[in-house]
Amino acid sequence: MNMAVRTPDPKKLIKGATGDWEVIIGLEVHAQVTSNAKLFSGASAVFGAEPNMHVSLVDAAMPGMLPVINEECVAQAIRTGLGLKAAINLYSVFDRKNYFYPDLPQGYQISQYKQPIVGEGKVLLDMPEGVVEIGIERLHLEQDAGKSIHDQHPTMSFVDLNRSGVALMEIVSKPDLRSSEEVKAYLAKLRTILRYLGTCDGNMEEGSMRADINVSVRKPGEPLGTRCEIKNVNSMRFAAQAVEFEARRQIGILEDGGKIDQETRLYDPGKGETRSMRSKEEAHDYRYFPDPDLLPLELDPAWVESLKAHLPELPDEKKARFVADYGITPYDAMVLTLERASADYYEQVAKNRDGKAVANFMLNELFGRLNKDGKGIEASPVSPDQLGAIVDLIGDGTISGKIAKDLFEIVYTEGGDPKNLVEERGLKQVTDTGAIERAVDEVIAANPDKAEQAKAKPTLSGWFVGQVMKATGGKANPQAVNDLVKRKLGIE
Amino acid sequence: MTDLTALTLAEARDALKAKSFTAVELTDAYLAAMERARVLNAYVTETPEKARDMARASDARLAAGKAGPLEGLPLGIKDLYATEGVHTQACSHILDGFKPTYESTVSANLWADGAVMLGKLNMDEFAMGSSNETSHYGSVVNPWRRNGSDVNLVPGGSSGGSAAAVAARLCLGATATDTGGSIRQPAAFTGTTGIKPTYGRCSRWGLVAFASSLDQAGPIARDVRDAAILLKSMASVDPKDTTSVDLPVPDYEAAVGKSVKGFRIGIPKEYRLDGMPAEMDALWKKGIEILRDAGAEIVDISLPHTKYALPAYYIVAPAEASSNLARYDGVRYGLRVPGSDIVDMYENTRAAGFGAEVKRRILIGTYVLSAGYYDAYYLRAQKVRTLIKRDFETVYAAGVDAILTPATPSAAFGIGEKADADPVEMYLNDVFTVTVNMAGLPGLAVPAGLNAEGLPLGLQLIGRPFDEETLFTLGAAIERAVGTFAPTQWW
Repeated sequence: MNMAVRTPDPKKLIKGATGDWEVIIGLEVHAQVTSNAKLFSGASAVFGAEPNMHVSLVDAAMPGMLPVINEECVAQAIRTGLGLKAAINLYSVFDRKNYFYPDLPQGYQISQYKQPIVGEGKVLLDMPEGVVEIGIERLHLEQDAGKSIHDQHPTMSFVDLNRSGVALMEIVSKPDLRSSEEVKAYLAKLRTILRYLGTCDGNMEEGSMRADINVSVRKPGEPLGTRCEIKNVNSMRFAAQAVEFEARRQIGILEDGGKIDQETRLYDPGKGETRSMRSKEEAHDYRYFPDPDLLPLELDPAWVESLKAHLPELPDEKKARFVADYGITPYDAMVLTLERASADYYEQVAKNRDGKAVANFMLNELFGRLNKDGKGIEASPVSPDQLGAIVDLIGDGTISGKIAKDLFEIVYTEGGDPKNLVEERGLKQVTDTGAIERAVDEVIAANPDKAEQAKAKPTLSGWFVGQVMKATGGKANPQAVNDLVKRKLGIE
Repeated sequence: MTDLTALTLAEARDALKAKSFTAVELTDAYLAAMERARVLNAYVTETPEKARDMARASDARLAAGKAGPLEGLPLGIKDLYATEGVHTQACSHILDGFKPTYESTVSANLWADGAVMLGKLNMDEFAMGSSNETSHYGSVVNPWRRNGSDVNLVPGGSSGGSAAAVAARLCLGATATDTGGSIRQPAAFTGTTGIKPTYGRCSRWGLVAFASSLDQAGPIARDVRDAAILLKSMASVDPKDTTSVDLPVPDYEAAVGKSVKGFRIGIPKEYRLDGMPAEMDALWKKGIEILRDAGAEIVDISLPHTKYALPAYYIVAPAEASSNLARYDGVRYGLRVPGSDIVDMYENTRAAGFGAEVKRRILIGTYVLSAGYYDAYYLRAQKVRTLIKRDFETVYAAGVDAILTPATPSAAFGIGEKADADPVEMYLNDVFTVTVNMAGLPGLAVPAGLNAEGLPLGLQLIGRPFDEETLFTLGAAIERAVGTFAPTQWW
């Protein structure tokens, strides 16, 4: 989608003193590649080790060391490109980006500048107003830097090189986003796609996904304004807040007759504001040039095809299939497919069952309960088989919906076979009309005045239903109770 | 016993196998020679204990009949090669005290074949220089002197220590490296034989990088056969260097002594420089006559982009160097000069740690890669490089087997003689050799005679990619005609 083509949506404009403003946003997301080893060395890329335990001679830039490309990282970048419906470049080049910093041992980062491995693609966002397409400009592979630690010594900084050389994918969007909501939705969708592909764990707290956000504002229909880049935002919430603040800051300056300086800014979540990090004049001259230690990366088209053939079903396709195959709403399908694990869980349960009933039970009961415990679907104490059994028990009338909630809670906390539990704990719905009838008769006999009133005011029958349900421990079939109460009270 | 250091590497190899003497005896002879020759400053570190240990192990293998191709043969290693636990500084102050925990692939190949390490050889700092005068450890003195003169001459560079040590018989052979002529020019200045193999023939892993797309390891040796034997052991594909090439390593020694009949030798007119000393011109003619007399066909060829090679080289090499040398920042190893903050520390360390020539090239390289200059310099130099390569491809496609040129524009000059000259004058030393690096081709320098002052002069043979064998065959033919040359010992 071209920025000139996307029609300004009045609902997404920001009201200023001088009229409406349109916010133009583009994102550069750095996603850590899921791989055992680093991009150009055999050192482990696993998070969480003691400082400097995952450092090879190459990562520490010892004299005479040479980078050797990790084939799996290349495969992951290609899978990601395919997942973003992007063009895979069969010829790409690694460049050196030169700058000095203590956590950059080589004095340059190996990255891809002019010829990235992945070209243009797209990401679809499910927004309340409909599907919004965000263009992907490119994806390239690059090395992560190490980490400087400034709080361990009064005068010195420490350096941890565990991350030095870990593979990152930089995924660059086109300037197609128009609101903080879209930024959040984009990051969430990108995360979902990466997690489906297994190419990045999407863990923003651990820094596996970080975003640089380019923000500019303009009056609708006018040319693009000067942009500012907000660096290294590591949560979706902060990203949205940073965009909101930055847009209003720029609008404020422009409406006061000022002009925007192109600069790099940082978002301070504590203060809820962005602040200047360095101006365009202070920007580094990175002196990019092709890394002479690495030959250009030439991909075998057959290899790319085989990676494509083994790609998992992606969230958009899965969602469409759920709607078609299980008859659930697009919204429910979207929620169920946010995580591949919950989609898989759903399919295991919904197979040969009423897809709608399964979706309802999962979204209302299972997700609610897991949320309460802060658990993911992978850690669910209720297995798909157990959940399926509960849904079956509702479906064949063995238990009521209300009892099903209690049963679910028992299975969730204590475990066990739902079918057996129903037997053992006497949770079975009473459909024996004789027993229900006796209970109804008892309640009516005990409350003659209310029975009299109910003849004049039929809605009072609900009170009798409640009393009967109470008397039967909630096990009576509510429909049967309802019918009997009305008949006995003569209010049909 | 005769002086063991007088033997060539091939002779010593055969004598060891024949049990004429032991590897320890041979090593001791070299250690003694090194001690006597310290005035030449060829070695920056001698490793006598390691040498004797290795020699003893070689004797054991020789006795057990498990000798490798280089069993018991003492070699010198250029300080650019990482040698485990041993001084490895590329003769720079900035790598003070650096002893790697790893061994370069090429030196590891030599030790695997049984060779013995005598020590680390002096060189121009980070291999940047053509006279060995930029070393942090001082100039190397050429064992050759002009007739009747006691003026100390340079051995050439950057592999000046390697060339001087081989010429003065301070090792049987030496490793060297060549980025723009650093094997061939010092070989020519010292009457030794040196070959820069095809780019990718030897692994660069463990070689302190100067200009990655040009750097290549190779040997300097007493004669053509010795160079062939050493290259056979040095060359290999290496999974740790993805620019190394997976081609079988031929038996180069077998190429020595083959007939040159039928070989077509190209003589490039662009290598006939204005103002070239008459003695160089005469030497070139002599080389042509030798090969013609031996049955080769001589053809005039043109390599039209030759004149752009040197300026393009002095863009590409410094550009890569400026980036390769960024890692010497005082943070992790080598020299650190403290400062008030990190930038101050960087500046102090690099100001103190790098010599003038290295700084000059870092500045040039940084400049040509800068925004706004990249296209005009670096990109254009890369295009020139492509054209130079094409020049060679064209003549090879026309049936030329190898090209004969002078190796250097002059004989060795005096230490300090060019100290006040324009740096470009020093760069002109590489005028005949840089084209070969720019095109990634193999180049052999072989001594072809002495000038009127008694100094050795060398010729260069340039071959097709991975056709080092032809160079050894042709070089051996020249050697057969002119003999080998050794300096008179004055030290």
